[in-house]
Amino acid sequence: MAEPISRRSFLKGGLAAAAGMTAAGIPGAKAAARPDESSQLATLLDIRKCVGCEACVEACSEVNADKYPDPQKPFPKMYPSRAKVSDWSDKQDVNDRLTPYNWLYIQHAAVEVNGEEIDLTIPRRCMHCVNPPCVKLCPWGAAKQLENGISRIDADICLGGSKCNKVCPWNVPQRQTGVGLYLDILPNFAGNGVMYKCDRCYSRIAEGNLPACIEACPEGVQTIGPREEIIKKAHALAKEINGYIYGEKENGGTNTIYVSPVPFEDINQAIEKGKGRPDFKKAGDTMADANNLAAAMVIAPIAGLAAAARKAYNYTKTMKRSGSDESIQ
Amino acid sequence: MNQSSRSNATASFENRIARYFFPLSILLMALTGFGQMPIYKRYYMSELPGFGWLADFITTRYLHYLGAALLLALVSYFVFDYFFLQRKNIKVTLSGYLRMALLSGIIITGILFVIKNFPVHYFSPQFIIFLNLCHLGLVMAFLLVNLYCLVFKKKWTMTRLMHK
Repeated sequence: MAEPISRRSFLKGGLAAAAGMTAAGIPGAKAAARPDESSQLATLLDIRKCVGCEACVEACSEVNADKYPDPQKPFPKMYPSRAKVSDWSDKQDVNDRLTPYNWLYIQHAAVEVNGEEIDLTIPRRCMHCVNPPCVKLCPWGAAKQLENGISRIDADICLGGSKCNKVCPWNVPQRQTGVGLYLDILPNFAGNGVMYKCDRCYSRIAEGNLPACIEACPEGVQTIGPREEIIKKAHALAKEINGYIYGEKENGGTNTIYVSPVPFEDINQAIEKGKGRPDFKKAGDTMADANNLAAAMVIAPIAGLAAAARKAYNYTKTMKRSGSDESIQ
Repeated sequence: MNQSSRSNATASFENRIARYFFPLSILLMALTGFGQMPIYKRYYMSELPGFGWLADFITTRYLHYLGAALLLALVSYFVFDYFFLQRKNIKVTLSGYLRMALLSGIIITGILFVIKNFPVHYFSPQFIIFLNLCHLGLVMAFLLVNLYCLVFKKKWTMTRLMHK
């Protein structure tokens, strides 16, 4: 026998519809949300080959010098006072960490390989994630991802809020105060400069050239190519040297794949970590948890419809049963 | 429970949804939505007791998505309930239509954001900037209109005059 809607029947109707939809899945949704790996460019870094000569670091600085910040001083006073100035303009030569003036540096790790202690040198820069949180979660769209997978920050739009740094599993983007769009809006109350990081020489790639760091490397540490090819090469190399891979699955997948003869847990313990010095920790997919809730957003309107339909059905049935032909109150 | 008391319970439950759940979902969406901008920590709001999570972008985004699911369920329920049962009794006011239009815009741009956040390249960077500005602008307008309606006691709907 039908009953007028009650709290229980409302929740039951909605939840039943939701459960049904979850069980059925959303056709095509998975495929539509998958990245196109053939269009994304990835780099393979064979850590064994790096000798730490820093030719890549120098080439990066040379090629990108015109993109580096030229801040106006004195900096606007910021309120509240907890908004701190990030000024690297007097420390432009620092090259042992990432800064707004140094987008690539060499990390050192003293590790043991085949019973022998060696000093591994590892080029570190932006990982260029497949689904980069810095780009996807930028509140203004100042961080962009190009179709070839390169993520870059538009210095003309960035307000320097540093959200990209906080959502990046490796805290890669670095801020310089006193430069950028915020100076023209509310410099005292909102924004704090511009965020900088490796843009993988996107304009050079667009012209058919290699990124400066790859071109300058005398040891051929890096190889660039379509992601699926690079992943295959990385696995082949790891198999050949009985080595380890980092970057393939971290943060849901990146376009910077490291292959090492020693486990990355060991490297992570051996390197100097901290601000501007990314680690090699296991990094879960930052974007995944909320993205998985998208299914709930598809189900929610259907649950609402189911609850309203159930209420209407019960009401109509009750009206018929009571023989009433009065208007709905 | 007899028929009359059940009807009263139903009406009371629906009133509670309209009065509390809907504004609560809007409040949650606004709070977590503004939390997508790096403002809560700078302006000490995340230091209020119990509000530390406001400074965590991943948590606020997760709650924003949860709130969106709740809001979509409620909006869907109200819309379908209106068409199934309430159309003859109530009509939407001018401020109701305005708020519905703004809310629709917020929902549409929000859905596009959800799609954008998958690992896909459906939208150009320029369109994403446009989306950001639209979503924020619509939210500000919606909140201001709601504030006006709250102050001047404007309702979403009004009862139709019944002619027998």
